Amino acid sequence: MKFLEYLKNNILYLDGGMGTLLQAEGLQPGEHPERWNYEHPEVIVKLQKMYFDAGTNLIISNTFGANVLHFELEELDKIVKHALENARTAAAESTGTQEKFVALDIGPTGRLLKPYGDFDFEECVAVFAETVKLGVKYGADAIFIETMNDSYETKAALLAAKENSDLPVLVSNAYSEDGKLMTGASPAAMVAMLEGMGADAIGVNCSLGPKALAPIVEQYLEKASVPVLLKPNAGLPRDVDGKTVFDVLPDEFSDDVAELVKKGVRIVGGCCGTTPDYIRETVAKTTDVKPVPVTDKHITCVSSYTHAVEFGASPILIGERINPTGKKRFKQALVENDIDYILNEGLAQQEKGVHILDVNVGLPEIDEVEMLKKVSFELQAIIDLPLQIDTTDVTAMEQALRRYNGKAMINSVNGKEENMKDIFPLVKKYGGLVVALTLDENGIPDTAAERVAIAEKILKTAAEYGIDKKDIIFDTLAMAISADPNAAFATVNALKEIKERLGCHTSLGVSNISFGLPNRDFVTSTFFAMALENGLSAAIMNPHSADMMKTYYAYRALHGYDENCADYINFASNFVPAATTGTAAPQPAADQQEFKSQLQKAVVKGLKEQAGELTAKLLEETAPLEIVQNEIIPALDIVGKGYEQKTVYLPQLLMAAEAAKCAFEKIKAAMSTGNGSTAAKCSFVLATVKGDIHDIGKNIVKLLLENYGFDVADLGRDVAPELILEEVKRLHAPMCGLSALMTTTVPAMEETIKLIHAEAPWCKVVVGGAVLTQDYADRIGADKYAKDAMEAVRYADEINAAL
Amino acid sequence: MIYTEVYTAPEWNERECLRYAGTTPQAVSVEERSLFEACLKEAESKLTYKVCWGRFPVRRTENGLDFGFFKTDSKALMKNLEGCEEIIVFAATIGLEIDRLIRRYTSLSPAKALFFQAIGAERIESLCDAFCDDLKGKGLQLRPRFSPGYGDLPLELQKDLFRVLDCPRKIGLSLNESLLMSPSKSVTAIIGIGGRTEEEKNKCSACEKTDCAYRG
Repeated sequence: MKFLEYLKNNILYLDGGMGTLLQAEGLQPGEHPERWNYEHPEVIVKLQKMYFDAGTNLIISNTFGANVLHFELEELDKIVKHALENARTAAAESTGTQEKFVALDIGPTGRLLKPYGDFDFEECVAVFAETVKLGVKYGADAIFIETMNDSYETKAALLAAKENSDLPVLVSNAYSEDGKLMTGASPAAMVAMLEGMGADAIGVNCSLGPKALAPIVEQYLEKASVPVLLKPNAGLPRDVDGKTVFDVLPDEFSDDVAELVKKGVRIVGGCCGTTPDYIRETVAKTTDVKPVPVTDKHITCVSSYTHAVEFGASPILIGERINPTGKKRFKQALVENDIDYILNEGLAQQEKGVHILDVNVGLPEIDEVEMLKKVSFELQAIIDLPLQIDTTDVTAMEQALRRYNGKAMINSVNGKEENMKDIFPLVKKYGGLVVALTLDENGIPDTAAERVAIAEKILKTAAEYGIDKKDIIFDTLAMAISADPNAAFATVNALKEIKERLGCHTSLGVSNISFGLPNRDFVTSTFFAMALENGLSAAIMNPHSADMMKTYYAYRALHGYDENCADYINFASNFVPAATTGTAAPQPAADQQEFKSQLQKAVVKGLKEQAGELTAKLLEETAPLEIVQNEIIPALDIVGKGYEQKTVYLPQLLMAAEAAKCAFEKIKAAMSTGNGSTAAKCSFVLATVKGDIHDIGKNIVKLLLENYGFDVADLGRDVAPELILEEVKRLHAPMCGLSALMTTTVPAMEETIKLIHAEAPWCKVVVGGAVLTQDYADRIGADKYAKDAMEAVRYADEINAAL
Repeated sequence: MIYTEVYTAPEWNERECLRYAGTTPQAVSVEERSLFEACLKEAESKLTYKVCWGRFPVRRTENGLDFGFFKTDSKALMKNLEGCEEIIVFAATIGLEIDRLIRRYTSLSPAKALFFQAIGAERIESLCDAFCDDLKGKGLQLRPRFSPGYGDLPLELQKDLFRVLDCPRKIGLSLNESLLMSPSKSVTAIIGIGGRTEEEKNKCSACEKTDCAYRG
């Protein structure tokens, strides 16, 4: 019988622990158990036969760490071959009469993926792919991905399994005591991502005993529309008189597991510390339990690497600000590859309370594929909100979805045949909630009825690709009422019908409605309320608009979605109406003696908001560069000198630098609308050397250099010598700064210096970092040793002046 | 056998933390203090304190030391483990969230990033102290902890420590190709049991870098 067919109507029993049993057979600490498949096949067969005899249906091969990171491909082939053979032999020799299957086991690589580790996502997929291919070659019935404590690595493994086999895939994650994966994902987030990608069964294993895992498993049962699996430890290990014992014995273990089977778990086994006895008792206690049918939970959701966002009664806000349309400063950031600016747009929207961030970086003059990939990756490094990937470029869409850590929102598909042919396969493969626009080859219909008809066509086509309506969210297209007085009705009526009759969620880019009108927020926010009242589930909107946020909070309170009106009260009581005229902050007289101006004081004290506001005020009357020369630079000098004289310490130096940066941001914005040019000093290439990931020192230097007007090319951390040289040559940079924190990376610094001196002799190399001393710097041939960031700035000024 | 321990927040050492941030309790300004406290509050609930460890015999060979999972001829480690029959090997981490905080604020607010760095450094050291205090509480005499990369003990040892302690699985700690750890606020070390009994007062005394800014 086929594996999935059996699973449909039965409770499936897995095996139990191998590690403890192998240690009892003589496996040494630190030894690879995978080698025992060919070194001691008789032991593996013996243990696996014991599990089959105890009632196991699915043996998981002894290949937990079998991948090309740990073994040469040739040995890996041998390991997988023998591992699957051993399991088959055990099945044949067992006296058990139950259905028997063998799964290829895939455990984590032990490496952490970027951005917090150094392992590239695609490399990780490639590593798993090798093992998967061998599993297929040697005839596994299924693939069992287990003990994964990182959502991103789990995605890589599942993707590798899907791309290299047609086998059923079971995916099991290891949760910590706090009910999350080590890298932060909740059970709901994992269910969203794994189901979206087409896992055949999902669940949890390892880390804790069945009682401790119960609350996590119950969340799976509540959210999952596929079978749920459970493979707990025999509790926690303890040392009793030099012997390891686990604190949950077979009787208690099987009682606890049986309870969860009654609640709906369909696949059970044991992990660390469990033995055939645990499985035997579990089978005995559940064999008469009628399997709980697996039902579709009809959940429409997206997820990030930490949590899922569900679409339901309370409206979902999708921040629209990461988009260059109509934004000069944003376009400039894209052209200049100024990722920080884009990230800050994301952070600012998160602070305003949006649930999802729309990400659109399409601009004719840049490589959108690369930029979208990079921006989504960087956003996911620092912001835990789900993203809405917004592009018309199918390649850019696929690349971004592939690397997205979670289940993304996809913007968008429409009723054109060609478009559906492009987009639906991506939704099917990578998972996602896709925004479907109700337009087709004939454009946007004028009437609601015609828009609904397109929606029905889209649903039908999606079903042909195996995409359920829960993964489609309709946008009935808000058009400008200034052009067509009936525009709002057509949109709202269409969404009402789609919500009520088709039973689908809806989303709108609400801002379009007010195009061409003054004070657009008045109209947009009223339209938003109108649409919400007619069943709108989500809006792509500007969270910095006070009117929109008022509507959002008031609507939730009015509809009873806001318990005790708590969110509304919090919003309304902290609400500060926008100032009607630019009144400057009150100026205490005493300070005026100490500082030349309020702006100087704000910078020196490190008051970011004030520095920004005061600069904006000054810009009304003063030329940008005058402010830089007369206010900001002198303020930075006060702090810089104080730091050198040890009257100011590092945190204050940085706070002042940040305040100055805020002031500079205002100046930059003013100059990008006017005709001014930034009077930058020369370029300066900056990097933390290969092998070193400590970059705080480098970032401090960067911030100060930028404040002092240098054009800093920051290559980041762990940067290869060749890359640094390439950038120095490209910019013909007169200076390069290298940082290293550890003694072990000083050789990489030396190598980089040698390379630059040989290939780019015009470039001076300045070095710094905790391990460096003047003596060290001299020995490795640096042009300059800077003991701190201020000294690096002083040196850069010297070189710049001599150019 | 490798054990996993989960700790509650260990005792807090503000002076040490401010020292990592490049300042002192006396010098800290009102503005710095308020930013520092905001950072502490933001970090507090996001940290986890985990240790995995095992106990291994020390064999002395002609060339040096043999722990079963690793052999070394490191003079510094031999000196550190003089008279010890057994060692404890451990790995400790305060989790990935501190790395996320540092990264999040790297571009947004380097001053906050600096404080999060300092908080992370203080927290992981205090976790190691709490772990060692626990062992001492069980009546063990401990030598000062000694990490791969100290003196002439090669960083390469990390690979063996990770394999024997099963760090990724036990406490979610992984090793990258440059032998650095993720999460970054983590420590691996060897602690000798027994041997000389007098306490070494200065943790930095084993290190040869006498001009270090952080030397205690």
